[in-house]
Amino acid sequence: MNPQEKLARLLRLFAAFARIGLFTFGGGYAMLPMLQKEVVEKHGWATEEDVLDFYAVGQCTPGVIAVNTATFIGCRLQGIPGAIAATLGVITPSLVIITAIAAFLRNFASEAIVRHAFGGIRVAVAALVLQAVVKLWKTGVKDILGFLLFAAAFAAVALGNVSPVFVVAGAVAAGLAAGRTGLLQKLQARQAASAKAKQRTSEGAGAQETGSSQSSGAASSEGDGK
Amino acid sequence: MNVIPLLCWEFLKTGLFSVGGGLATLPFLYDMASRHSWFTVAELTDMIAVSESTPGPIGVNMATYAGFSAAGIPGALAATLALVAPAIAVIVVISRFLDRFKNSRSVSDAFAGLRPAVTGLIAAAGFQVFSMSVLNMEAFRRTGDILAALSWIPLALFAALFILLMKTAWHPAAIIAIGAGAGIVLGL
Repeated sequence: MNPQEKLARLLRLFAAFARIGLFTFGGGYAMLPMLQKEVVEKHGWATEEDVLDFYAVGQCTPGVIAVNTATFIGCRLQGIPGAIAATLGVITPSLVIITAIAAFLRNFASEAIVRHAFGGIRVAVAALVLQAVVKLWKTGVKDILGFLLFAAAFAAVALGNVSPVFVVAGAVAAGLAAGRTGLLQKLQARQAASAKAKQRTSEGAGAQETGSSQSSGAASSEGDGK
Repeated sequence: MNVIPLLCWEFLKTGLFSVGGGLATLPFLYDMASRHSWFTVAELTDMIAVSESTPGPIGVNMATYAGFSAAGIPGALAATLALVAPAIAVIVVISRFLDRFKNSRSVSDAFAGLRPAVTGLIAAAGFQVFSMSVLNMEAFRRTGDILAALSWIPLALFAALFILLMKTAWHPAAIIAIGAGAGIVLGL
């Protein structure tokens, strides 16, 4: 492939992902239909299964899921330049639109009607965040270990002013430690019989303390409580 | 003082440690609001509203808006690029052994710990949004009476909007629009 052809392909990648960014409201699952249309149907860059695979891995790597998925597909197609082109594509519409809105709002923030509108909007945002927490709770907090990690993370940030960086690192360590010391068996047991599972969760919770480097005060007080 | 290098550093950390999509960057931004004078908790809440009702991934929109608030257009560019830089590095490495990563026990173990902790982090950020927008914390501090913090109109609006969200499949932008209308009518 000559350099000109390479550049043209990078530009197509950039444009496709800019369209995906432009027509995705909210990110996450919202991007999947658009992703399938551009990547699978229009350009034939990947199969439907590939796209779902990329999306699944995009959820498990740090950062914004939509960006991760874009980076992944770009990387698969054209290596590091492709990863960069796809990533820049997906963030470009946000950069333009959000900057315009932010500049606009800055000029009108002192108008009474805008202030009242945002007074109501903030209440709506509180409801939206609570809804997000309820959704995450349903998939993420399933047992006593999950509840302890939820409570420890909440307390560390809301009460202890601990940086979220340490909470995330501590949670990874806790998950790894719990897995090494029998979390998986515990989960299988829970599916088999809920009575048995209850007994075994205390093992999992014990593992959380040894693995957790975050908010040791909160973790140990919960340990005493059980 | 030039804030761009510090802005880049903060958003590199956010990009590297925010996992789980959607509002995952929120706890990091509230952390920033408490440590820097770039934006307030109230401004951050407005950013969530704008990010949820405009095109583009929420995390990217939030970074662009926060960067713009901190340092104008150069700040918007710096924050957004810094946010996505770790993802590019991580994914270029992972894509070389995708299958091993996908089936790795360690990855699923780590996520067993991450999911509930991230839920707790976002709940903590949500608590800040709630106490800023619904409760009257200033009255509470002045009088020391917890009941003084309860302002009934925003509380009722909050309950109504939350029930709408749980019972219907309406887009967040519609809920935000209702909130804006109610805010103007009720003079919030």
